[in-house]
Amino acid sequence: MNKTPLTFRPYFLPISFQLDRRFPLAIALLVVLTLGAMIISLGVGEFFMPPLEILQTLLGLNDNGDASFVLLTLRLPRVLVAWLVGMGLAIAGTIIQSLTRNPLAEPGIIGINSGAALAAVSLLIIFPSVSATILPFAAFGGALVVTVLIYLMAWQGGSSPLRLILVGIGFNLVAAALTNLLVTFGNINQVSQALVWLAGSVYGRSWEQAIALLPWLLGGSAAAWLMSKELNGFNLGDDLARGLGISIEIRRALLILTSTALAGASVATAGSISFVGLIAPHIARQWVGNVHQSLLPTAALTGGCLVVVADLVGRILFAPLELPCGIITAILGAPYFLYLLIKKR
Amino acid sequence: MVKQNIFHNLFFSRSPILLAGLCVSVVALVFSFLASLNFGAADISVAEVYGAIFQFDGSTEQLIIRTVRLPRSLIALVVGAALAVAGSLMQGITGNPLASPAILGVNAGAAFAVVLATLIGGGNSLDLYAGFALLGAGLTAVLVYGCASLGRGGASPLNLTLVGASFTAFLASITSGILIVSQQTLDQIRFWLAGSVAGRDLDLLLQVLPYLTTGLLLAFALGKQVTLLSLGQDMAKGLGQNTLVIKALAAVCILLLAGGSVAIAGPIGFVGLIVPHITRFLVGTEYRWILPYAAVFGGILLLLADVVARLLLQPQELPVGLVMPLLGAPCFVYLIRAKVKR
Repeated sequence: MNKTPLTFRPYFLPISFQLDRRFPLAIALLVVLTLGAMIISLGVGEFFMPPLEILQTLLGLNDNGDASFVLLTLRLPRVLVAWLVGMGLAIAGTIIQSLTRNPLAEPGIIGINSGAALAAVSLLIIFPSVSATILPFAAFGGALVVTVLIYLMAWQGGSSPLRLILVGIGFNLVAAALTNLLVTFGNINQVSQALVWLAGSVYGRSWEQAIALLPWLLGGSAAAWLMSKELNGFNLGDDLARGLGISIEIRRALLILTSTALAGASVATAGSISFVGLIAPHIARQWVGNVHQSLLPTAALTGGCLVVVADLVGRILFAPLELPCGIITAILGAPYFLYLLIKKR
Repeated sequence: MVKQNIFHNLFFSRSPILLAGLCVSVVALVFSFLASLNFGAADISVAEVYGAIFQFDGSTEQLIIRTVRLPRSLIALVVGAALAVAGSLMQGITGNPLASPAILGVNAGAAFAVVLATLIGGGNSLDLYAGFALLGAGLTAVLVYGCASLGRGGASPLNLTLVGASFTAFLASITSGILIVSQQTLDQIRFWLAGSVAGRDLDLLLQVLPYLTTGLLLAFALGKQVTLLSLGQDMAKGLGQNTLVIKALAAVCILLLAGGSVAIAGPIGFVGLIVPHITRFLVGTEYRWILPYAAVFGGILLLLADVVARLLLQPQELPVGLVMPLLGAPCFVYLIRAKVKR
């Protein structure tokens, strides 16, 4: 196969970047897959709709009131939220894996997600009357506090990827214990509700939440993509990155912050959907290689597709009972984790 | 090689200072035990505590001591000792400073097994928990250790913690899936899930006690071999030790101790991580001494943590399983900073 990368050198800008040759094909495939999954997902449910009717309704050609209500108000925002959340988690995971140079790390394992979850669960259980729009901010705040703490605790005359992971896992345990405390003593009804949220679900998400998530995702992915050169450097190791002229502590802090924003906003919207941040970057890496300019978008689309499919599977597996998509991703993700562990030695 | 007798090891072969230290620790353990009997929601005088033990007259105070506090203190003592010895053994045979029951996913595994059993059986008896917790804890620990050994660099601190964390995430996901589907299970199980030594009766302890005693005695008997293993696999082999047999025996001990204590008290983390480090710091590298010391220190730690959990938010009582991470996490971070250099 011809592996010469495609080079982009716009004459009006002082930048240039290279993309893998397989990149356009991968993107096209992912888009087709995702759209297909979305259309099935929009049609499946108590109120079944064939794909043609869905397309007509989406394009405004069909004026059936019920159909357009179910589709546009209930199902479409849910599917879009699933897609956005998957993209956010995947980019956050790609960043963390490259920064720690550990293929098994992801925001969920190193405590970022659990910080967000703790903040949100406290809100759900202690102040049940509080409006749902505050949830994303609380979750991002929780993720940020935990991330800063992890970074400070792992600092020993410099940050080290190994210590970041281990300290993160420690914080994960503490945040989980505090969440558990709330689950134990809270009112049983609010606890059930909080558990559904904790397990990672896009059930009942509205346009409001999809739109609230959008700026976080756009900002975060733009920041990540702009720093893809640095990510390429980190992937080679701290010393080489320093040799390439990257001021590693500042860049590492900025990238961790980006990852926190993406993971925090995703967790705030859909709870802890585990393993997406682990799996998506690997699938993408197998397709388009290690260069982040093409890796980041591919990983994002892979993550989006994964969560849309997981949500779909969770809905049809035990219908009419719904399993949160976080449980589906965990069931898919754990064997994949083991496969990676064995393959990477 | 001279056949070693465990009592010989304990009382004659090592320096008198260590023996004296052990006696002092046992005295401290007795005091922690009495403190645990004495403090609590009902204000009961020391004389009544004494009376309840030695001159039982059936008064309300003495009944509280006998039926509520005594089981609770005994369970804290036994569970603390078992977890600490399990952690010491794990760290000794793997040479891994972060190895411990909670890191190896034992808690999540036991919780998953118990939740599954409650869902299927629908029962609410703590007796039912014991067998399933033991099974779940044991299987998970073996799986996590096995998988971590498959990774690059073997069961290093990094691999072990990562694999443990991801198993925990996986099992916790499925556990919460079950709890979402069945709110009835959730209501039955959530207090057990938090990890506590309160409200358990002596029958449960007696049921698990044979496992725990066997585990403890076997562990003490393995002290010498574990010391050799802790010097490194090659060294131990070079000295003619059958490392595989010793590791298998130690694994059985760990299964009995960790599984048994999770069965009684639910998931309680960090005891098995921290106590071995404190013990090694005080006692040195000789596991014949580390293991009994760890048992005593583990008992003291859990008894006192339980007292703190009882007194912290009066009149509400916290489960000790939720207090331990708050005490333990700073130690965990300290350990990483001290032991993991890179």
